[in-house]
Amino acid sequence: MKRYSAFAIAREAASYHEGWEKAWASPEPKARYDVIVVGAGGHGLATAYYLGKNHGVRNVAVIEKGWLGGGNTGRNTTIIRSNYLQDPSAAIFEKARSLYDGLSQDLNYNVMFSPRGCLMLAQSEHEARGWKRTAAANVLQGIDTEYVDAKRVKEIVPIINIDGPRYPVLGALWQKRGGTARHDAVAWGYARACSAMGIDIIQQCEVTAVRQKAGKVTGIETTKGAIDCGKLAIVVAGHSGVLAEMAGFRLPIESVALQALVSEPIKPVIDTVVMANTVHGYMSQSDKGELVIGGGADGFNNYTQRGSFQHVEDTIRALIETFPIISRLKMLRQWGGIVDMTGDRSPILSKTPLGNCFINCGWGTGGFKAIPGSGWAMAELVAKGEPGPLAAEFGLDRFGAGRFVDESVAAGVAH
Amino acid sequence: MLVLTCPCCGAAAEETELAPGGEAHIARVGPGADAEAFEAYLFHRKNPKGVHFERWRHAHGCGKWFHAARNTVTLEVYGTYPAQTPEPPRELLDKIAARVPGFAWEGRA
Amino acid sequence: MSFRLSSGGRLIDRSARLGFAFDGAECHGFAGDTLASALLANDRMLVGRSFKYHRPRGIVASGAEEPNALVGLGTRGRFEPNQRTTTTELFDGLVAESQNRFPSLAFDIGAINSKLSRFLPAGFYYKTFLKPAAFWEHIYEPLIRQSAGLGRAPSEQDPDSYEHFHVHIDVLIVGGGVAGLQAALVAGRAGARVLIVEQTAHWGGRAPVDGVEIEGHPAEAWVAQTVATLSGMANVTLRLRCQGVGIYDHGFALAHERLTDHAPDAGGPRHRLWKIRTRQVIVAAGALERPLAFPGNDVPGVMLASAVRDFVENWAVAPGRRTVVLTNNDDAYRTALCLLEAGLEVPAILDTRAVADGPLARTALKAGIEVRTGMTVVDVAGGKRVRSVGIGPVDGKGYPTDRIACDAVAMSGGWSPAVHLWSHAGGKLFWDAKQASFRPDAERAPKSHDGGTFVHAAGAANGALLAKRCQLDAARAGAAAALAAGFDAEPVDAVASAPEQKPVEPAWILPRRAGPELRMKMFLDYQNDVKVSDVQLAAREGYESVEHTKRYTTLGMATDQGKLSNVNGLAILADALGAEIPAVGTTTFRPPYTPLTFGAIAGPGIGETFQPLRRTPMQDWHEEQGAHFEPVGHWRRPYCYPRKGESHGAAIRREVLAVREAVGLLDASTLGKIFVKGPDAGVFLDRVYTNMMSTLKVGRCRYGLMCSENGFLMDDGVVARLSEDSFLCHTTSGGAEHVHQHMEEWLQTEWWDLKVHVVNQTEQFAQIAVAGPKAREVLDRLGGMDLSKEALPFMAWTEGELGGFPVRVYRISFSGELSFEIAVRAGQGRAFWDACLAAGADLGIAPYGTEALHVLRAEKGFIMIGDESDGTVIPQDLGLDWAVSKKKDDFIGKRAQERSHMTDPTRWKLVGLETPDGSVLPDGVYAAAPGRNANGQRNTQGRVTSTYYSPTLRRGIAMGLVLHGPDRMGEVIAFTCADGSTREARIVSPVFYDPEGEKQNV
Repeated sequence: MKRYSAFAIAREAASYHEGWEKAWASPEPKARYDVIVVGAGGHGLATAYYLGKNHGVRNVAVIEKGWLGGGNTGRNTTIIRSNYLQDPSAAIFEKARSLYDGLSQDLNYNVMFSPRGCLMLAQSEHEARGWKRTAAANVLQGIDTEYVDAKRVKEIVPIINIDGPRYPVLGALWQKRGGTARHDAVAWGYARACSAMGIDIIQQCEVTAVRQKAGKVTGIETTKGAIDCGKLAIVVAGHSGVLAEMAGFRLPIESVALQALVSEPIKPVIDTVVMANTVHGYMSQSDKGELVIGGGADGFNNYTQRGSFQHVEDTIRALIETFPIISRLKMLRQWGGIVDMTGDRSPILSKTPLGNCFINCGWGTGGFKAIPGSGWAMAELVAKGEPGPLAAEFGLDRFGAGRFVDESVAAGVAH
Repeated sequence: MLVLTCPCCGAAAEETELAPGGEAHIARVGPGADAEAFEAYLFHRKNPKGVHFERWRHAHGCGKWFHAARNTVTLEVYGTYPAQTPEPPRELLDKIAARVPGFAWEGRA
Repeated sequence: MSFRLSSGGRLIDRSARLGFAFDGAECHGFAGDTLASALLANDRMLVGRSFKYHRPRGIVASGAEEPNALVGLGTRGRFEPNQRTTTTELFDGLVAESQNRFPSLAFDIGAINSKLSRFLPAGFYYKTFLKPAAFWEHIYEPLIRQSAGLGRAPSEQDPDSYEHFHVHIDVLIVGGGVAGLQAALVAGRAGARVLIVEQTAHWGGRAPVDGVEIEGHPAEAWVAQTVATLSGMANVTLRLRCQGVGIYDHGFALAHERLTDHAPDAGGPRHRLWKIRTRQVIVAAGALERPLAFPGNDVPGVMLASAVRDFVENWAVAPGRRTVVLTNNDDAYRTALCLLEAGLEVPAILDTRAVADGPLARTALKAGIEVRTGMTVVDVAGGKRVRSVGIGPVDGKGYPTDRIACDAVAMSGGWSPAVHLWSHAGGKLFWDAKQASFRPDAERAPKSHDGGTFVHAAGAANGALLAKRCQLDAARAGAAAALAAGFDAEPVDAVASAPEQKPVEPAWILPRRAGPELRMKMFLDYQNDVKVSDVQLAAREGYESVEHTKRYTTLGMATDQGKLSNVNGLAILADALGAEIPAVGTTTFRPPYTPLTFGAIAGPGIGETFQPLRRTPMQDWHEEQGAHFEPVGHWRRPYCYPRKGESHGAAIRREVLAVREAVGLLDASTLGKIFVKGPDAGVFLDRVYTNMMSTLKVGRCRYGLMCSENGFLMDDGVVARLSEDSFLCHTTSGGAEHVHQHMEEWLQTEWWDLKVHVVNQTEQFAQIAVAGPKAREVLDRLGGMDLSKEALPFMAWTEGELGGFPVRVYRISFSGELSFEIAVRAGQGRAFWDACLAAGADLGIAPYGTEALHVLRAEKGFIMIGDESDGTVIPQDLGLDWAVSKKKDDFIGKRAQERSHMTDPTRWKLVGLETPDGSVLPDGVYAAAPGRNANGQRNTQGRVTSTYYSPTLRRGIAMGLVLHGPDRMGEVIAFTCADGSTREARIVSPVFYDPEGEKQNV
């Protein structure tokens, strides 16, 4: 892999950039791999990457039915934060956040990680108590957050309206080192690094069946033929149910639409991510100048990647209440993805009833921020066959035992 | 932006009048049930990429619950029917089978 | 230079002269001008700077597809960035400023980027800014962010209002050109309810400019006639300045009507967002002309050929005095003829095809215009304005064989049907190689809830570009839509005509064998500065999917969303991959068609009407008292009632003591009151609550807990048995609706065999708590009922009259004092409240708010849903085992509570907490336990769930959940505060005050 740098750009400019090599190879699938990862989104690619980097497992293929990074990884609102309440969530999201901080150098690909902070507004006494509790938990979890008052919120975000009148801002949970990154770059960066390790990324290849023998997975059927494997990792977000059915087990998951939108690009007006759960909306500004906006998920099972307009309307109303000056700005584009919601709104990183078959799903509305941590933990699970500490509490077995990791107590709506 | 016809009051209700209620026809499993059955009752969902039988409430209307058969990929609504039934009506299942090759009612969860 | 022609201009009114300002300079135009036509009339071709390289940008198009001519419009609260000059109607006093330039449009230091463009190809930022690591965060990114965006945000409140408007119709027609009008005529005559919307201020579309004839006369006459006919039809609604914004599933559509943008002082809402539910949609949105990719195609003065003739015909504006026409099709010849007729010079028409012998070409030749086939522009001289072009063979490498002095280039790369709205709700496209464009695939049209097609493309939007076929296609679409909506349409004759055209020949790169240096000057996306070389770079680097290419290069991601660049970019990509265009595909089109104002999306639902505000019958009184409120759902409950000069803390302390020592008054109206009646009411409530409710005697009350089927505590409240077959269930304020829905859900979807009805009576009754040692005295003064301990013992209820008001009195207590909760009809609530106040005036009666209530109940160790419970807590965690009946076979949550984790003895349990020094523990703090877990986090053994200063006990009190808490009474544990310091607290009983419960029993 030829390294990227400013020097490389200057050098290549001399030949009109005709000398750049492919960021990743597009090979035909081999007959067999030690590990097949289904799904070349951020989570799947990160899983493959850490399999190679942390565990030396490189005879790996990542199989993708569309184009890599084309699912939720290319559709989210790019928020990165780890200010979660429960220990297991805090651990994996903080692992992810800390990996993001350095990921560009690690991958030699600028993912544009931008730690300009994240504010979770408190707009009721109950919510304020909730964020204070999270701040208290974070201290013991080693996560750098603090609960700040309304005055501080206004200092950090001058364009915010803290006076309501319906829901005055009482304060906020402030994570200074949260922020955003460039979502496509995360997928592309991991893909390039995987490819450089000899890991095959096979795009436009849809899994049509999962083969098993004596209770263990033996391989997959795809639109590009049959491929054998020693282990199978399913990392396909909204389509988890489809793959699980092929592998013969059920999931506590429902796939719904999640929408997001951007405004036209404007000069900088807001530096941080602001999440207003009471009124259901959140906003940040990209490096290109677009306001990136999201709200709660749609409510019914949906694989179209299109949502319903009233959710866009509700989100915009909430954000005009919060940031009055955006009223005359314009929505440039809206879109949707398919998010997989679990029974406790926490992810699943788990062995499955099918031997040597593992699954990583259920990130719901909070997947992007988790990518590096999820991949790290999943790689460990797949390589060792048993979950490490990061994944330990996210097994499928927690639903039967009643040992949920319930984050909805802290957050109102979308992560 | 769905439109579903409420079978209770007859209104062609806008999605904004409705509240979604998840998968329909899940048999309740209570005390005495084994752990797997109980977990399945609470959490396992078909979540199909295709024909889905689901519950809706006419929240800003007559307030009644009803069921709908809807395709989660094309959003086609095959029919709606009252909620007081353990299974979809036969005529509806036949209609869906005629429209969707390979469809078969799998029975209550 | 650009200037106003002395005659002509079908859309302007020369008698109405308007003044406007652009970058501070005073200019003039006429009524009917767009800001773009007026700017050109004032010789302002240069109007902006591109995003990345800050290259000079001029007006390219004449309508909504314009990528360059964006300005900041208006001042103060009405300032709006990124406004398209081509769709802004001129009005007197308009103020506009150019964007993305410093210090000025003519001299922009950002242009240094352009000089460095070789080092700033597409995606360069992914390859660099990596070292040193800290520089990205502190230097590079701040710089990038500073230069981001085009326009600046408004800084003041938007003074305008926006309206939403709902309609149900049979056929929505988007587009008011000949196709749309023809379809409307057919569908309207068939009897369908039709709404036709046109985004500009004029009906007729391209036909009047392009010389189309209908029924032997210029199209304009037919247009006027048709509009008049349609306007006279009661079932047809027409709207100008109204854009079809998006098509959504099941026939929902949005249209955006601009009411006062062209007349800001007119008053009324600025925009109206139409929310449309329609059976059928006809997309008659026309087609968009494509630029050609030749070196220098971004210099101001290079424009779309159709736009050039639009400016001449519609607004009598000459974009240039000497215009070279460059085309790969016949249609652009119209521009040359139009320019000639206006007295302007056309030094040459360069036709990239080998042969130009169509009717329009022959007409041009006959008019004496030089036509050179197989030739293209290979360079454009001029930075801020075209000065001349070099021309050369199409198949060459780009060496100019000739030079032509000119000040404008009219280019045409063919036409792309505007397929956006077709695609929004899932319609698919096919590539028509003959027309070199994507067209709607009628076999894969958008489908509605019944599985039937609900969108039809018509006219040019359907690929029927030429007049006759366009008009007939529109008639067909109108009939098809009407039929699908249940109306029979009459057939229609072909009446439109225009010269036939020879086929377009794609010419994606001009000249074909241009080397890399020239390909860096061929622009595809003008706003984001994406060139042919960038797309080729993306392909070279493996970003082969069209989505990858788009995101990597940012092609099509600007405010014009690729209207002029999508197809050209796709073709370059296909060529680079050696693939066919249809194999490469196209990106997804999403609403809105053009950027949609947030204010319009929000409509009237902001400010006062952002959310419903629920008010209790005593709300006015609370407001008059200057109560401090806290939101509880859609209610605003009094948090405390600070008196003059009193802090909130002091008010709360005073209110608590008032209840403990005298008597307090609480507005409890917001708590849920669910009436449950029927022969099976008892059976039902036994299933819904953890307690046994069927054994509750008439006249008595019982504190009940509700759990979810997942076993967790959901709500609590006192249940009163009103009669053999009826109960009144109280719920928390926040839980009222939820509990009501919960009950209905179980009754309707699971236990429909039970004979029970449920009614939410929350808003039917005001409920007032009279609490304190003097409570009975106050109520006796009102008189009418025997409220003695014997007549009404603790946890009983009775009905009667107090002070003449019919009431139901519940002897229940959340404060632990003698307490009566009194339900009175909502309409009498305020009067009863006033009566209580009067009766207790000399007894020290005082209102108390939610925070005092919290303190009072905490002093008694009563749990609060939402504080002691958080969705993960079960009754057994809170010492409420007694409320979970062992006698019942089944209740909601019973099975779940048998799961292993729910019976785990290491679940934290409820205790009280006292600090040694009486200080108040902070909210939500956790107590660390020794060691760390496998993730390196500190272990924990408890947390604070409620914490207050207790004025009754004159010390801080807290409740919490602690590991083995009830077994560790007296032990001291340490809680970690936000700053890392620790605070000690002793584990005690959570009942701090009156542990025997004597006070509430008196």
